[in-house]
Amino acid sequence: MNDQIDQKEIERLKGLKNKERMEIPRQKMPEQHPEERRSNFREVPHGLPPMSAVLEASRCIQCKQPKCIEGCPVGIDIPGFIARVAAGDFLGGIRKMKETNMLPAICGRVCPQESQCEQVCILAKRKEPVAIGRLERFVADWEREQGKMETPRVGAPTGKSVGVVGCGPAGLTVAIDLRRAGHEVVIYEALHAPGGVLMYGIPEFRLPKKIVNAEVDVVRKMGVEIRYNHIVGKLENLDELLDRHDAVFLGTGAGLPWFMGIEGENLCGVYSANEYLTRSNLMRAYDFPRADTPIARSKRVAVIGGGNVAMDSARTAVRLGAEEVYLVYRRSQVEMPARDEEIEHAKEEGVILKILHNPVRYIGDEKGRVIQAECIRMELGEPDASGRRRPVPLEGSEFVIDVDTVVVAIGNGPNPLVPATTKGLDVDPRRGTIKTNLNTMHTSKKGVFAGGDIAIGAATVILAMGHGRKAARSMNLYLQSGEWDIEYLPGEEPAPEEEVDKKKS
Amino acid sequence: MPEMYEVIENVVLAEKVNRYRIYAPDIAKRRRAGQFIILRIDVDGERIPLTIADADPEAGTLTLVVQEVGKTTARMTRLKLGERFLDVVGPLGAPTHIEKFGTVAVIGGGIGIAPAHPIAQALLEAGNRVVSILGARTQSLIIMEEEMRRASDEVLVCTDDGSYGTHGLVTDILKERIESEGKPDLVFAIGPVIMMKFVCKLTAEYDIPTVVSLNPIMVDGTGMCGGCRVSVGGKSKFACVEGPEFDGHQVDFEELIKRQAFYREQEKESYECFLAECREKNTK
Ligand SMILES: Cc1cc2nc3c(=O)[nH]c(=O)nc-3n(C[C@H](O)[C@H](O)[C@H](O)COP(=O)(O)OP(=O)(O)OC[C@H]3O[C@@H](n4cnc5c(N)ncnc54)[C@H](O)[C@@H]3O)c2cc1C
Ligand code: SF4
Ligand code: FES
Repeated sequence: MNDQIDQKEIERLKGLKNKERMEIPRQKMPEQHPEERRSNFREVPHGLPPMSAVLEASRCIQCKQPKCIEGCPVGIDIPGFIARVAAGDFLGGIRKMKETNMLPAICGRVCPQESQCEQVCILAKRKEPVAIGRLERFVADWEREQGKMETPRVGAPTGKSVGVVGCGPAGLTVAIDLRRAGHEVVIYEALHAPGGVLMYGIPEFRLPKKIVNAEVDVVRKMGVEIRYNHIVGKLENLDELLDRHDAVFLGTGAGLPWFMGIEGENLCGVYSANEYLTRSNLMRAYDFPRADTPIARSKRVAVIGGGNVAMDSARTAVRLGAEEVYLVYRRSQVEMPARDEEIEHAKEEGVILKILHNPVRYIGDEKGRVIQAECIRMELGEPDASGRRRPVPLEGSEFVIDVDTVVVAIGNGPNPLVPATTKGLDVDPRRGTIKTNLNTMHTSKKGVFAGGDIAIGAATVILAMGHGRKAARSMNLYLQSGEWDIEYLPGEEPAPEEEVDKKKS
Repeated sequence: MPEMYEVIENVVLAEKVNRYRIYAPDIAKRRRAGQFIILRIDVDGERIPLTIADADPEAGTLTLVVQEVGKTTARMTRLKLGERFLDVVGPLGAPTHIEKFGTVAVIGGGIGIAPAHPIAQALLEAGNRVVSILGARTQSLIIMEEEMRRASDEVLVCTDDGSYGTHGLVTDILKERIESEGKPDLVFAIGPVIMMKFVCKLTAEYDIPTVVSLNPIMVDGTGMCGGCRVSVGGKSKFACVEGPEFDGHQVDFEELIKRQAFYREQEKESYECFLAECREKNTK
């Protein structure tokens, strides 16, 4: 790949004035054509070629006070890594990146950059923002494809040991940071594979599993032990882990699928998105009968919901061979929580949006299989607590769509297993999340920390990683000092005026 | 020492019914009556739930009794000693609620006798009078009779074809028992869904509390997918975490039967594919 580097061009770009930089168009990733990708599970975008990456990186004007860093939940030195890419120093770029983010090939693919770093990028005011996510993905892929993946140095042994429950992004991040500090780390994972949602939820065409495996491999090489098939709360309880470890981190995620509780939801062919995606991703049902796990052979699918999970389900249904895939969402497209890119990709692949619609019941045949979804039309009323306009059903507007499969993707709640089997671990009674101090990631139980979806409800990969990072610092402090009763990490106590600010907002 | 999840024993108990012992010391230590595991043979394998029939914490082994019904179970029967499963996870589900109820009728149908065994054992230990009723299609399918005799005060056997024990169904025997000796305080029924359904119909008439152990299709077994949902008292329950045992009088058996049959076509295809492959190998 290096021979595709044009040193002269790099030199030329180096000399550009800011105004000229802004004239460079935002670089696009080549991608699989919709018609082609409808029938395969391969990744959709191919990634930037090296010189496009250099060109894209040259768009960055290296702000003195970069807004983008503030927009990043883990505070990556964005201009720092971009400057190295612009100079053609990709190894330098990935090293800079990995000072703060150990899973960049994943984040570069699944982070909602358009509402984080790229949203606040100074260029976004006048032109399109720097494609930070694409550059992140580029340096990570370059490192892996060049066989240059480095294992971070592990600290001198401290004699302390930590148990991490759940091998999702939160748990993996904690494990990396605590190994760096020299603590022994064991991850306990309920499933037979690492990655949490990255492996069982997010489909191959958006996040290839070999990439997740490669990033997890680094964790393993750092000496972190991962024990699969180990369900905390079943095989042993949290207190037993605490007997063996000096501290425990809970990163058990939001894996409890919600249903609407409407008639016919237990008919055959009605799936939760978790089940549909797990069968297809983790169990590779798309490769049936070579892989043993079956999945419905659908012709007409209705996916209920408007988030990333719904898009992933709809696009999976397309690839599994469905002729017609509807996405039924009760608000309008602007309210859809899914990333714009996902909505666009879904539409290009032929997914039919049924916005301002809501299912009211499912109708089955004599074999108990779903054959129709009865929906009602909705309109938007007054804004609700979330600030979005509340959808209200239009009386008498019911109609049916013929379907043979329904995928319910209306959200997931926190996994209740650990709190249900542990004494002294407080849970938010309404949301089911483990009560966690979001400054220190302390739970109500001494020695136990939490983060990711289990602490705040279904959120994002990068927030889970941010929590993991914070928890690791806090755990390190606890392991060194034995001190539990702190409200803030040293150096992060809020300045008095900030507190006033908070009250205002 | 055996390897993790190694097959320590694989013997034929009856036609297409095998007993396995698997090395899984942590689960063997933990499990209680009524719980199950999920296993996977290899990287292409399906995750299938199997009730734990027995465990030996000292030897670190779990006993499973499994009927060959599809590809995974067919591959299991061909496993040799020393080979291992790729994954075994458990103990899953809530353990059986055991206390002194008085007289308990434990009904095991077919290979349901295997999971009924630890329950009978636990009930006997808790001071109950245990009357076990074992039923199957034909004599050779009555398994673990000796073990059940040791775990019960009394054992009654019946077969559909009359080849062994009483000629008839478990419900016939139960009914006769109730008429002749009065009602038991509790009934446990484990076996084919259709059997559990009819046992519940009968015990509802006599108003005898009845517990059934359900076996819907599962994927993860941790409450993450909802594939295992069953309707109990009009509410949807995740059998892997809220069950597998439920109040039989509340269960919607019709729905369960239909849900279990959902992948029948694919299961058949995959099974036949596998058997054809085996034949091909054998002729080579
Ligand atoms: C289909 C789908 C698509 C998504 N798309 C995006 C996206 O594009 N971008 C984005 O930023 N976010 C996305 N998200 C959200 C994101 O994946 C999550 O916010 C993130 O994975 C949370 O990380 P986590 O580490 O907290 O938990 P998880 O990733 O949920 O991992 C939790 C792990 O803990 C294990 N576990 C649970 N209970 C136990 C127990 N008792 N014992 C042992 N192990 C246990 C689970 O098996 C799991 O492996 C998506 C989510 C889904 C479902
Ligand atoms: S805000 Fe945009 S232009 Fe400024 S440093 Fe960050 S990426 Fe570069
Ligand atoms: S098997 Fe997935 S929730 Fe029960």
